[in-house]
Amino acid sequence: MQLALFLIFGALAVAGALNLLFQRHPINSALSLVVVMMSLAVLYWSLGAEFLAAAQVIVYSGAIMVLFVFVIMLLNAGEEERTSGSRAAYNVGIPGAVAIFCVLAFVFLSEGSALGTANVGGRLANGLDNIAEVSSVLFTKLLLPFEVTSILILVAIVGAVVLARKEQ
Amino acid sequence: MVPIAYYLVLAAVLFSIGIGAFLIKRNVITIFISIELMLNAVNLTFVAFAHRWHQIGGQIFVFFVMVVAAAEAAVGLAIIIAIFRTRRTLNVDEIDLMNS
Repeated sequence: MQLALFLIFGALAVAGALNLLFQRHPINSALSLVVVMMSLAVLYWSLGAEFLAAAQVIVYSGAIMVLFVFVIMLLNAGEEERTSGSRAAYNVGIPGAVAIFCVLAFVFLSEGSALGTANVGGRLANGLDNIAEVSSVLFTKLLLPFEVTSILILVAIVGAVVLARKEQ
Repeated sequence: MVPIAYYLVLAAVLFSIGIGAFLIKRNVITIFISIELMLNAVNLTFVAFAHRWHQIGGQIFVFFVMVVAAAEAAVGLAIIIAIFRTRRTLNVDEIDLMNS
């Protein structure tokens, strides 16, 4: 059953990513990325990361992609035109990406037996819930980095406001 | 029962498509979207390894990657708006001030 889940949503993720690559209009690319992120949320859930599956839906496809769609509509971005730069990128980009994929896939598949298998609903350590485990580590051992991220977000908000402000 | 290697190969596929889109696309917003695709592919690898080694650290790392990606998206899109306001274009071939 987990194999069927993996195949369906893995195929959906790859189809969304390819659609992102082939669509010429930015809004179509952004919406294909939402498809990829939702399928990845299902895959996270099947790997026992329930908190991350929820965060993926809420933060990534909920907040970040809405920001992208807002900016695309604000700038009224049309279809991109083909230029000489894109021809050069085709000649270098496609073989380079294929080569990186071949290296990664070779390493992963040749070490496949050492990596083992995934079981749906598997618990990690101690038999705790996923969310209890994440929060106990996040709010005890990693409390300082967690608080520092709030400062990072604050700086990002201020920076975004300053950069996007109209020049006087 | 799915081999962990399948998840890692899926992440490699998504990452390679992200690299291809990053190089081929000429619209600065689409290039930014393909960076997000690569971040997502790496997140899938982290979650798969966290499942394999029964460690929560991988999932915590993905949480921090999400936080940084949110901050990056806000600042990056603000920069894109600023570029569009001054150059009136989103095509990366025409944004070549540092090249000429």
